Amino acid sequence: MMNYEIELTSKEADKAYKIDINKKRIDHRILLNNIAKKAFFSSMIFALIVLGLLLYRIGVQSIGWIDLQFLTGKLSISPEKAGIFGAIIGTVGLICVVIPVTLVIGVSTAIYLEEYATQGKISGFIKVNLSNLASVPSVIFGLLGLSLFGRFFNLGSSILAGGLTLSLLVLPIVVVSSQEAIKAVPGFLREASNGMGADKWTTIKKVVLPVALPGILTGAILAISRAIGETAPLVVLGIPTLIMRVPKSFMDDFTTLPIQIYYWTLDTVLTPEYANLAAATIVVLLVTLFLMNSVAIFIRNKYQRGF
Amino acid sequence: MEQKTNVRAIIKNNFAKKKRTTDKAMPIFFLVCASVSVITTIGIVLTLFTDAYKFFQKVPFSDFFSTNLAPLSPEPHFGILPLINGTLLTSLIAMAVAVPLGLTAAMYLSEFASDKVRRVLKPMMELLAGVPTIVYGFFAYSFVTPLLMKIIPTLEAKNALSPGIVMGIMILPLVTSLSEDAMKSVPEAMREGAYGLGSTKLEVTLKVVIPAAISGIMASFVLAISRAIGETMIVTIASGSSKNFTFDITQSMQTMTGYIVEFTSGDAGSGTTGYYSLYAVGLMLFLFTLVLNLIAQYISKKFREEY
Amino acid sequence: MSKQIITSEEYVYDVQGLNLWYGSDQALNDINMKINKNEVTAIIGPSGCGKSTFIKTLNRMIENIPIVKTSGEILYHGKNIFDKSVRVEELRTTVGMVFQKPNPFPKSIFENVVYGPKIHGIKDKQVLMEICETSLKSAALWTEVKDRLHDNAYGLSGGQQQRLCIARCLAVQPDVILMDEPTSALDPIATAKIEELINRLKSEYTIAIVTHSMQQAGRISDKTAFFLMGELIEYDGTEIIFSNPRDKRTEDYITGRFG
Repeated sequence: MMNYEIELTSKEADKAYKIDINKKRIDHRILLNNIAKKAFFSSMIFALIVLGLLLYRIGVQSIGWIDLQFLTGKLSISPEKAGIFGAIIGTVGLICVVIPVTLVIGVSTAIYLEEYATQGKISGFIKVNLSNLASVPSVIFGLLGLSLFGRFFNLGSSILAGGLTLSLLVLPIVVVSSQEAIKAVPGFLREASNGMGADKWTTIKKVVLPVALPGILTGAILAISRAIGETAPLVVLGIPTLIMRVPKSFMDDFTTLPIQIYYWTLDTVLTPEYANLAAATIVVLLVTLFLMNSVAIFIRNKYQRGF
Repeated sequence: MEQKTNVRAIIKNNFAKKKRTTDKAMPIFFLVCASVSVITTIGIVLTLFTDAYKFFQKVPFSDFFSTNLAPLSPEPHFGILPLINGTLLTSLIAMAVAVPLGLTAAMYLSEFASDKVRRVLKPMMELLAGVPTIVYGFFAYSFVTPLLMKIIPTLEAKNALSPGIVMGIMILPLVTSLSEDAMKSVPEAMREGAYGLGSTKLEVTLKVVIPAAISGIMASFVLAISRAIGETMIVTIASGSSKNFTFDITQSMQTMTGYIVEFTSGDAGSGTTGYYSLYAVGLMLFLFTLVLNLIAQYISKKFREEY
Repeated sequence: MSKQIITSEEYVYDVQGLNLWYGSDQALNDINMKINKNEVTAIIGPSGCGKSTFIKTLNRMIENIPIVKTSGEILYHGKNIFDKSVRVEELRTTVGMVFQKPNPFPKSIFENVVYGPKIHGIKDKQVLMEICETSLKSAALWTEVKDRLHDNAYGLSGGQQQRLCIARCLAVQPDVILMDEPTSALDPIATAKIEELINRLKSEYTIAIVTHSMQQAGRISDKTAFFLMGELIEYDGTEIIFSNPRDKRTEDYITGRFG
């Protein structure tokens, strides 16, 4: 009853102010709103459809090409015999260089910025520098690697040269994520440790780093997956097209999964089966990246601590 | 009270023996590590400038800023304009894809989507960002180009259109997430004011949220262009290496990044003019992205001051 | 440890003309007071009166805030703690601190208790175990946690966490324990347990406690200092402060006229 009365009066009020003319407008506005919502949603979905299409296409092209022989075989000119064992070992070797270098330098940089020089000109300068470095195109890092590691230190196009080049490339990622992780360590834990008479480094070693470790590792994994997928800097370093040998030391020439994909894609005009090999290699690469990201998400969720 | 170990005496004794070198030395070690990123930047600038300087000793500016690019001919010319043209055209196509899609997707995620939907869609969008660019390159060349050929029969096998579109998909997550961040940081009170007057979501988004977040959104566009300009593998694979100066996007054209990759994987021996031209082109590329990043930083700095 | 003969004249801290500034704001103004051995000294006063600042100055924790400047002397067993030859690490080992909010490390209960001994170079497992047991017993927590020493400390209740922090503090056998409103985050039952503990601890330790609650000061302390706007207004035996204060401002605060 009450509702009815209120409706009545509001209708009367409508009449008084001649708002019922605008009712159509309101309907129109609401319609427009609903259309926009669907349109915006579909642009979101469009992007995901492209992603789905990409995965589907590559999946279909790789069917029948991924088998044990493909994973463990050496590179060969004939598509049926070709394997990516050398590329897998090259990628693993690269990771073995990138992980220690970026973790030591990246985490130390983050500790310096967050624990020792929180304010001041030096840390401000380093921070600005890092954010600019993060947006330098990767191909430029290739030129730096070519001049510095390749020619100046005479490392050529070895795993070491490639690994160091990629380490510099992903360094900003490790620094920023480590900074975030260290920042998230509550001040009262540092206070507790200080209050026990621990010096600064002891506090960092025993309290800050253990608590920040999951965050640091998550960032490190993301940085490594970026490094694994990089192609341009390595191509610029001058990695030879055809490497039949599996690398045995960090000073050997090498190839990686993305480089293998690149060269096979370039040669699809002459040998169409190379497209299948490229697709199969992409599947291996994407599965690897997917697994690494899953590990990162797992670590983040498992060890995320609410204080 | 039971007899206990005299912990106080032991600790006192340990303090007397303890050397404090570690606590003193660690900050120095961290500072050294933190300077690696600065040295990297200096290294990049130094290599680019010194080798570009050697290039300009051999090739006059007038030749460099011309449309005549023929590095391997007996009488070589090193005009960079075709490369800048190719870079800008592919990047513009990418922006034509990424801006409307990215902005609307950001509006959807920030203003329309429920928490539940956002929690599903956002990580999927991030998956797009995690796909290595070489995979996009393969996708552009082996799927998007053939597909476009059915619509535009005159399209060449290598062209600017296909990698441009795919690059747009690649930078889409960047535009979406940065724009969404900007919109999300618009204070709720501003929205409530408009809702209180009976506005629809669309009206609030267009008339309140976007104007308030405009500098953050603009910064995301600038960063996206910078990313597109620096992108290498997609254009190298799908856009080819034609050195013509043309505005016809159905034709093959080369970007600055593509030139660097083509030339290092070719036979440019150290010390030749062709080798030094890499660094001249690299320097131009570096300056392009640096200026764009500074612009983006300037815009988003202003944006932070607003609230 | 051999019991020493305690005279009421024996003091551990002698604060002389202490001033402290945060940047240009003076937070402590010419503080002079002695803190007696084996007594509980309560420091009371309204929020912002400088009582927390003062107690954090006693082990130089206040210096973690970069803009802090001090003048005057704090003599600890006759030696100025601001003297260059004093290592803050050593000072903080003999002067333990318990904080407002329980702040155990995200480690096991055992690791929390032996943190101090470990970082100060005690490695023997058996010694550490012994320290863990005696400290937890002294903090009246042993019976509650003895079967789960290797569980994470964050599984304990708030009151248990605070007693764990006290045990962690006791593990290095400090001389003085500073407590900065240790019960402000706890419920009444947990608070009562901590107060009981403080009463037991004073036979072995000198305790200075900042508290918001005058009732708490009345229940547990031998001496009470009243701070107001960075000044020490009155310092005397707790009974005198609460029954017969000399200063009008103390009386106003005690009777609840402000604060």
